[in-house]
Amino acid sequence: MEKTNKLGRNRTGIDMSPIHSKEMISGAETLTPPTQSDFPPLMVIEREYIEEGGTVGSVPVPGTMKGVLKSTMEKMTGHNPEVLLNKMGERLAFERSGVRLYEAFIIKCESINLPTPISLDILQQFRAEEEQHFHTIKNAMLSMGADPTAQTPDADVVAVASMGIQKVIQDPRTSLSQCLSALLTAELVDNAGWEILIKLAEGLGLEQITADFVKPLQEEEKHLQTIREWYEYAVMAEAGKKLTKH
Amino acid sequence: MTVKLFDAKGTPLSKQTFTWKELVQRPISKLDDDAFTRVRIVLMNGIEQQSNRFQHACAWMNGELRDHLAMVRRIEHHQQTLINWLLSPDHSPLETTIAYEQVAIEVTAAIAQQEPDPYLAQVYRYGLLEDFDHMYRYSALLDRVEGKDANNILQSYTDIIPGRPTVEEHRAPADDLVNHYDRVLASPISKFNALTLVAGEYQTRDYYMNIGPSFADPLARQLYAEIASIEEQHVTQYGSLLDPGETLLEKWLLLEANEVYNYYSCVESETNPRVKALWERFLDYELGHLNFVINLFKKYENRDPAEILPDRLPDPIAYQSQREFVRRTLQQEAGLRKDGTSFVGKEIESPVSQDYRRQMNSQGSPSEAVALDYKWRPGTELNKRAA
Repeated sequence: MEKTNKLGRNRTGIDMSPIHSKEMISGAETLTPPTQSDFPPLMVIEREYIEEGGTVGSVPVPGTMKGVLKSTMEKMTGHNPEVLLNKMGERLAFERSGVRLYEAFIIKCESINLPTPISLDILQQFRAEEEQHFHTIKNAMLSMGADPTAQTPDADVVAVASMGIQKVIQDPRTSLSQCLSALLTAELVDNAGWEILIKLAEGLGLEQITADFVKPLQEEEKHLQTIREWYEYAVMAEAGKKLTKH
Repeated sequence: MTVKLFDAKGTPLSKQTFTWKELVQRPISKLDDDAFTRVRIVLMNGIEQQSNRFQHACAWMNGELRDHLAMVRRIEHHQQTLINWLLSPDHSPLETTIAYEQVAIEVTAAIAQQEPDPYLAQVYRYGLLEDFDHMYRYSALLDRVEGKDANNILQSYTDIIPGRPTVEEHRAPADDLVNHYDRVLASPISKFNALTLVAGEYQTRDYYMNIGPSFADPLARQLYAEIASIEEQHVTQYGSLLDPGETLLEKWLLLEANEVYNYYSCVESETNPRVKALWERFLDYELGHLNFVINLFKKYENRDPAEILPDRLPDPIAYQSQREFVRRTLQQEAGLRKDGTSFVGKEIESPVSQDYRRQMNSQGSPSEAVALDYKWRPGTELNKRAA
């Protein structure tokens, strides 16, 4: 079932072509002259652009200042509720993409013989919970007068960070353990995301929203624990060792 | 195997069909396939892209040929799709860039050696040393920005050392032009060579122009902008080799014959049996296209295609490491520069190009910055202490 560790003709290392590699190494050593350049180095160019500033974009102004946000904005002078809006936008986007991640992984798992304890039923449950979390955030944003269809800056950036995760799971050639490793990355970030979200909501005195976010965090903790265990199981099974309980 | 161009009729156009499943096949393995399989895939993508580009432009200028061009062009488009989609998704855009430069180096070096016309061979050697330097700059970028070793892609076939420094490659447009071959006197292989290299450079230019903005790192964005500009120069350089006196149909005929020649070269050297079968299939497709265009050429121009095409294909392009040739060229010709269509010593380089370069480099040079004190070593430059 697992093909991750198949031995074969991997040609990427220098040992696979000793004669060519020897010439290449000696050539690089003797034919690369010392640099003589008056141009500014890499760091200077990078810094110039960083100092020029700019952002990926802005947090959208809520269309209607209503409900809890309005009262919060009035009460919380000196606090920045837009940070919460930005992070809620991020979580919403992440959960929505998380549904698609699980769907892609489920398709892959359906086409192979899954070893116990990895279970399609549990994956379906996690997928449904990710979708429910998306709705939980959406409702919280609506209650604050925020637009859940907007893409906030942190939603954009977390999607950039997740591009590789999606590619790993969607690639038909990747194995179960490779996908679980990618999924584990997603779940680690997701857990941290919910924790910070609850802290922000608590800090702004948003009691109902804080309470609504507790269940998703608990479920995400379960996702993380499960995916981590499955990942360990899959890798250890490839190594021919039984997984011992911690 | 030899291919006789006027005897082999190839696959009739009506039988050149595809399905979406066929277009999207299992890709090659970045890790396990031979680097030259990827080299051939990249080049043939460029060859097909060139056919598509030419056939569109041709249709804009010729009403009678429009239907014929549309028919062949759709097939060429799908051939290109199938070939390009053989690249696996684990290639990062920068890793694919390394592969593109490997194509530019290995194919240009092979072509420079098989070119019978000394001036044309000089043109190729000149361009070769510039692409060779791009490899060094991009390898430094891959190492220093992504933390990866370019040799994982190159598989030790191609050196990573400086060539003609990219910072000195920027020239005024008039100095990129070269003398074109003579359509009557030039041998068929000279025409094929020019068409192959302009195809390779054009797709490289387009690729860099497409992926350049996808990089986040400001230096990477600058480096792609800089090297894309050189690739644009190379398209000008190699494009100016083609005799503008050729008719549209003559050019179309040559492009189809060159496609036949290139697929034949791929068939002769391919080591992956699945990919080889694709090359064989497309060799037959291209013979079908050639046969189709031969008939159009006879009909519309009342000329004998044997005036233009050889009876038998020339020897195939040598897909193998050209390290020794490249090093020898580097040693002998890195100091060459341009003045109009002439290749001259550094000291008498065109002043217009020097002015142009001074302006372009006046706020810094990405290709210099990225490779400052860079020396390739296996496993990246961080691998210094391993020994």
